[in-house]
Amino acid sequence: MPGYLLIESRDPFESTGAARTYELAIQLRAAGHDVALFLVQNGVLAVRSGARRTELDKVIRTQIEVLADDFSLRERGISSASLIGGVQATPIDSVVERMNAGWNVLWH
Amino acid sequence: MKVLQIVETAYRATAEEQDDTIIWIAHAMRGASAELGVLLAGNAVNYVTAEQDASGLTLGAWRQTQPPVPAQDVAALIRKDVPVYCIKEDLAERGLLEGKLLEGVVLMSRAQMPRLFAEYDQVWRW
Amino acid sequence: MTTKQTLTFVLMDAPFESARTTTAFRLLHAALTRGCDVNVFAYEGAVALSFAKQAQHPNAVHGRDVAQEDHPLSRNWIASLMAYAHERGAALNWVNCGLCVDERGVGEAIEGVRRGSPADCWKMAQQSRATLVIPTK
Repeated sequence: MPGYLLIESRDPFESTGAARTYELAIQLRAAGHDVALFLVQNGVLAVRSGARRTELDKVIRTQIEVLADDFSLRERGISSASLIGGVQATPIDSVVERMNAGWNVLWH
Repeated sequence: MKVLQIVETAYRATAEEQDDTIIWIAHAMRGASAELGVLLAGNAVNYVTAEQDASGLTLGAWRQTQPPVPAQDVAALIRKDVPVYCIKEDLAERGLLEGKLLEGVVLMSRAQMPRLFAEYDQVWRW
Repeated sequence: MTTKQTLTFVLMDAPFESARTTTAFRLLHAALTRGCDVNVFAYEGAVALSFAKQAQHPNAVHGRDVAQEDHPLSRNWIASLMAYAHERGAALNWVNCGLCVDERGVGEAIEGVRRGSPADCWKMAQQSRATLVIPTK
């Protein structure tokens, strides 16, 4: 069964698209796949502590790995200390790692 | 290798390109013997509705002679044995579920996406 | 011994329009750093990424001349990554969709970039461990 890395680049407060990605992550996990969510660019605006909570909370509660691009976080002034729980800052190399492992990688 | 192409954004430069560029590349890859499926989601579900008409664009003396015809292009993919799926909830949100839809399109719910993905070796999200 | 992997990336954005371009190039760099061979199929606006006539400019708002501004140009990013790949014994294989090139008038591409078609995109994907499409908005 292939793994799925869902890349979310959009701000969840801007449109409903990010919520669809989060929902897909949960559905794929429920179907038995390994799943990780990689937030990049404005997609990381969801993970600053103090931001309005979003559907991302459901993804975190499902224990899907939620990764946030370290460059995107730094670019937006979001320190590791100010991340919501359940999210890990990570280098972009983690996308390549999963591609090398044959995961399907879907960008939104 | 079988690849599912997810198309989620409709009318993206379609007047300039005279095509939806993802439906177009799907045709081109099919011409190269690719095994494909196409999933229309988000506002791209509008491509399966009747009476889309982008003709008549005029700018000064310039007139478009080959307007884009996305419904016809989707129908042509089906004729080339490319299965085309469409998300029911996205149709419903846009008031399209009760209308006349393109024949041959397979309607499915969003919850069925993992099962559809499993039928393909790869999934590309455009 | 680890087998070298090949990864394919399909890009759509023109230069200077979206953060997706920078992220895409960061991914290419990361893949090459890991020792992968990398294919890029540039589709639509992305065919302008390799346009040879991109030129730097000064920045009066910041009071910087051309040299000081040192403005990024995607054609230089591609050239730099091709050299980086070569140093590491890897390949960066960049193909522009030919019809997309024609309609945009960006036929003059930097050395090492070639013209192709969607058939190349499919062939690259077939030969790769994984393919990532980074669509435009």
